[in-house]
Amino acid sequence: MNRFILPLAVFAALVALLWVGLSLNPREVPSPLIGKPAPHFELPQLREETKTFTEKDMLGKVWVLNVWASWCVSCREEHPVLLDLAASNAVPVYGLNYKDKREDGLAWLKGMGDPYKLSIYDADGTVGIDYGVYGVPETYVIDKLGVIRYKCIGPLTREIVKDKLLPLVQELSRV
Amino acid sequence: MFRLLAFFLFVATAPWAAAKEAAPAAADPALEQRVMALSSELRCLVCQNQTLADSNADLATDLRKQIREKMRQGASDADVVDFLVARYGDFVLYRPPFKATTFLLWLGPLLLLAAGFAVLILRVLRRRKTQEVEMTAEERTRAAGLLAGNGTERR
Repeated sequence: MNRFILPLAVFAALVALLWVGLSLNPREVPSPLIGKPAPHFELPQLREETKTFTEKDMLGKVWVLNVWASWCVSCREEHPVLLDLAASNAVPVYGLNYKDKREDGLAWLKGMGDPYKLSIYDADGTVGIDYGVYGVPETYVIDKLGVIRYKCIGPLTREIVKDKLLPLVQELSRV
Repeated sequence: MFRLLAFFLFVATAPWAAAKEAAPAAADPALEQRVMALSSELRCLVCQNQTLADSNADLATDLRKQIREKMRQGASDADVVDFLVARYGDFVLYRPPFKATTFLLWLGPLLLLAAGFAVLILRVLRRRKTQEVEMTAEERTRAAGLLAGNGTERR
């Protein structure tokens, strides 16, 4: 009996290791930007080309930056969640229209509803690169000091909003 | 016959034609070589098992463009790597740095090898020990009895 215990233990450890490994999502690469100041940008707005917007305009507020594009399929899935989040007025939501055509982006907002206070327009994706965007949609929570506190890769779901995003926003707003 | 020959010629030269198409149009071949050499050490985040050099994903194209731009402005390879790691983390590196979170990754195979050797040595030593056991005279007569078919003994 004794001689089986060690191989069995090794086998069980291996199963546990592989089990955990299989349940992890390799697409979710932890961002090194969490806890760091949001990278600087100054971009034209989507609706009003002549006006710009920068992350400095939001100093002193907790806000959400959502990266989206009209060509992005998962954004379609995420959109109702964002509309609800914006309607709840819990936190201001700003959009980063990523590598899109201006008219396509505007048509999307017209057709699906616009959850954003405003969207900025990143035509060549350089600001996206600064924010480490690699799969749209991505969502950032930025605190009053302009530090990135949370990043969600992939579409926001109601569960993520309820369990992670809103509690974090509340906590950050209190400070 | 001639048609067939022409077809074979076409097929045979196709790889060159394709290779020419795939080569990025760059004014400076030395720079391009540096860009490709470095980006073949970096992981594309969209197609995670491809290098930045191999990947045709939009993001990979953009990142190669950024790398090219940085190198043209005189950035060293290390500068470019730092730029990417600051944005995407160590994940972009096909050769991750040796640090507290990655020591198991680097030393794991060595540890397993050492553990294997330890088990091997232990086993060999134990086997040698069992072979060296001397039987007493009493055990010998008992064994002889058993071998002779005197199987009445029960334990």
